[in-house]
Amino acid sequence: MKTQPTQRGREPIATQKRPTTPGVLGQLADFFDDRTGYRALVHEALYERVPGGARWRYVWGSTLVFAFLTQVITGLVLWSSYAASAQTAWESVYYIQHEMTGGWLLRGIHHVMAQMMIVLLALHLMQVVIDGAYRAPREVNFWLGLVLMMLVLGMALTGYLLPWDQKGYWATRVATNLAGLVPLLGPSIQQLVVGGPDYGHHTLTRFFALHAGFLPATLVLMLVVHLTLFRKHGLCARQPITRPDAMFWPDQVLKDAVAMLAVMAVVLGVILMPALRAMLEGRPIVPGELGAELGAPADPSQPYAAARPEWYFLFLFQFLKVFEGWGASGEFLGAIVVPGLIMGVMFLMPILGRWQLGHRFNIAFTLAILAGIGLLTAMAMNEDYAALWADRASFADVEKLLEETDGDATKIAAHFGNDATKIAAFSARAKKLDRIRHSQSFLDASEQAEADAARSIELAGRPERIPPAGMLELVRNDALSQGPKLFAQHCASCHAHVDPAAPNAASLMAKASAANLHGFGTAAWMRGLLDPKQVAGPGYFGNTAHKEDDMVNFVQNDLTDADTWKPDDIEAVIAAMAGEAGLAAAGTDPAIVEKGRGLIAADDRCGSCHTFRDNGVAAGSAPDITGWGSREWLIGIIVDPTHERFYGDSNDRMPSFGKAEEGAAPMLTRQQIGLIADWLRGDWYRPATH
Amino acid sequence: MSRHEAVSDSAEARRGFLAKLLAVCCGGLATLPPLVAGAWMILDPLRRRGAAATFLPVTDLASVPDDGIPRQFAVVTDRVDAWTGFAAEPIGAVYLRREQGSDTVEALSATCPHAGCFVEIESQGKCFRCPCHNSTFTLDGRIVAPSPSPRAMDGLECQIAKNGQIAVKWQNYYTGIAEKVARP
Repeated sequence: MKTQPTQRGREPIATQKRPTTPGVLGQLADFFDDRTGYRALVHEALYERVPGGARWRYVWGSTLVFAFLTQVITGLVLWSSYAASAQTAWESVYYIQHEMTGGWLLRGIHHVMAQMMIVLLALHLMQVVIDGAYRAPREVNFWLGLVLMMLVLGMALTGYLLPWDQKGYWATRVATNLAGLVPLLGPSIQQLVVGGPDYGHHTLTRFFALHAGFLPATLVLMLVVHLTLFRKHGLCARQPITRPDAMFWPDQVLKDAVAMLAVMAVVLGVILMPALRAMLEGRPIVPGELGAELGAPADPSQPYAAARPEWYFLFLFQFLKVFEGWGASGEFLGAIVVPGLIMGVMFLMPILGRWQLGHRFNIAFTLAILAGIGLLTAMAMNEDYAALWADRASFADVEKLLEETDGDATKIAAHFGNDATKIAAFSARAKKLDRIRHSQSFLDASEQAEADAARSIELAGRPERIPPAGMLELVRNDALSQGPKLFAQHCASCHAHVDPAAPNAASLMAKASAANLHGFGTAAWMRGLLDPKQVAGPGYFGNTAHKEDDMVNFVQNDLTDADTWKPDDIEAVIAAMAGEAGLAAAGTDPAIVEKGRGLIAADDRCGSCHTFRDNGVAAGSAPDITGWGSREWLIGIIVDPTHERFYGDSNDRMPSFGKAEEGAAPMLTRQQIGLIADWLRGDWYRPATH
Repeated sequence: MSRHEAVSDSAEARRGFLAKLLAVCCGGLATLPPLVAGAWMILDPLRRRGAAATFLPVTDLASVPDDGIPRQFAVVTDRVDAWTGFAAEPIGAVYLRREQGSDTVEALSATCPHAGCFVEIESQGKCFRCPCHNSTFTLDGRIVAPSPSPRAMDGLECQIAKNGQIAVKWQNYYTGIAEKVARP
């Protein structure tokens, strides 16, 4: 049992006789080399023969390894500050991007290098195919390369979701829905990837595990084999070899290193370009706005019309539109079959490449695919941005006719006297106009998305910080974000909300059937109401049932009597009313407000109809204007304008948004009504610097 | 020593085979538990089911004017996301529409049957259009050909209570296929 086994085939290394290197460091190096043999390893790694000498065209593989290393370094550091869950993902990425020192730079490098990697992959693949580097004995290594490419694309796809912003969320919904189209297993694959029947915590944890664990671990394994095989086969030299061979170190390494530096320069350039622009335009540089963007937090109930995949997947996105009118088979073909076939052909390339014709086919195929990708990407961009360069004004006649005829084909035909060529020309232009309009909706949606993102970031930076329930709660309770949406949905079918000084104000107010609520509660709004020229106009009572009522009559007749109502009196009333709303301009003289209150309460002035404070006027004849325009007053009138405190029986069409029949839910919750009131009053969080 | 020499070559081979077999089995068995446990847990989402489709109150009849124009409403209900329970969370959106003079309401899911984006009413208000791949639908949800979408917008069951409350049977459907198949 205790007998020492002999060391078969293994010489005790330490006893080998070898010349010692002078110096302490040299002896230390000897010590380690004796025990590990590292010198031989380094020698093998560096002194690879490059047939025909070093060339720039060989750098792509090395730049890819470099890009991957960059992603590992930046990714690990990002990981150390990232928290994958529906309530913490956006929040932690916000913190990285906007608050942590250098977070914007690190995240920027990770984000831009990921895109760079896709470009480098395409270049590497092209170089391998054109040089025929997939031919025997390198077939397996070519296949490994294709697998590596898919792994990189997989990491790009999974990484897009991790910030859990609207952009990543909606793009991922589409991508995972497409995965569900795989025959038989599709729905299960989708459910496994999504982490359940719905998108949430486990979608994030799974995507994160894929992005930072499964995929890169597999990639490292494959990369080791890829590089080992590459060394085993040697570099596939460009033929014919006309120059003498060189060593990998330092000739090719120098070229590789220069290429890496160039790659990094491009990445940093992309990140810092906006800073340079800001500097030249004299704007302050906000580091958080550099590098990778962060949209508004993901919200499944909030439409996101600007949803687009990252640019390198845009061709796939556009490809799905090619199959218009193909029914279910179209999407299956576009998302599964065609991409699958293309990958299939690529896997066959080493076999095809055995024949000269096959090799030519491979080159043509690769170039055709790249050209197709380029074309589809350009088409997608053109569809989205056409409105930027299209001259919409030249379509004014088309727009006018479409509006007049309501798009009715027979009416349009009649307009052109049933002249087929004119009709055809018109419908061609109508189609172009439709494309411009469509692009405009995308641009508007993008602008809205940017505004939402900026607002989320502003809110996240409040001194109170983000609540434990997450950013979405904050956004959903923000009057500035939600007010316009709620107003558009529930109020805008009657009320306008437009600055009267805006160029399109007149037409918008004319279309509305109730008062323009822009600046409601302010002195400016009240001044308009008390203006005889405006009170019966579309901005106030003009389009309502009250346009000939006592109030209009009072403003047009009584107020214009300069003996009773001196201009100072009217100004005092205006100041007092704005004071009721709590929206009086800073520095308003309290004495004037006091005077105004007296005038309002007086029974021969406003108090002849309106209840005001303790003037004793009974409710019902006109709205109670105590606290007019205040949050409480606005909520009250939105909840129930038919209440005797407001319009009572004379209420003109306005629904009681907060009142409901027994057992039914009201149209709007108190919280929603509060948001509308706050928004109308301009009462929302503003950062201290503004 | 002499006993060892007596052992035949075939016995040596048998013993060698047994050792190899045992080594593979032991090693395999030892590695199996983490693999099995891993697979078991990673497949967990497959047994998760979404909330059963139920009628959820959305709005009341007065909020859906009888002008044939669809209005968008959020669908709000309690929702569970793994360990987090949300009370009264918007989980999606529906379009409700009422024909002139009609007391019945049609409900359409706002989820595009093509790839799951959020369908919107086009800026001119004449049709629905998905902002992703341009699938277009009439205001009552039918396909405007040619469209990438394989089917019309998904109609949802709708109930109107005596007090005017509109409830919609909220349901997700698989996208990208011609048939309307409910997700479990």
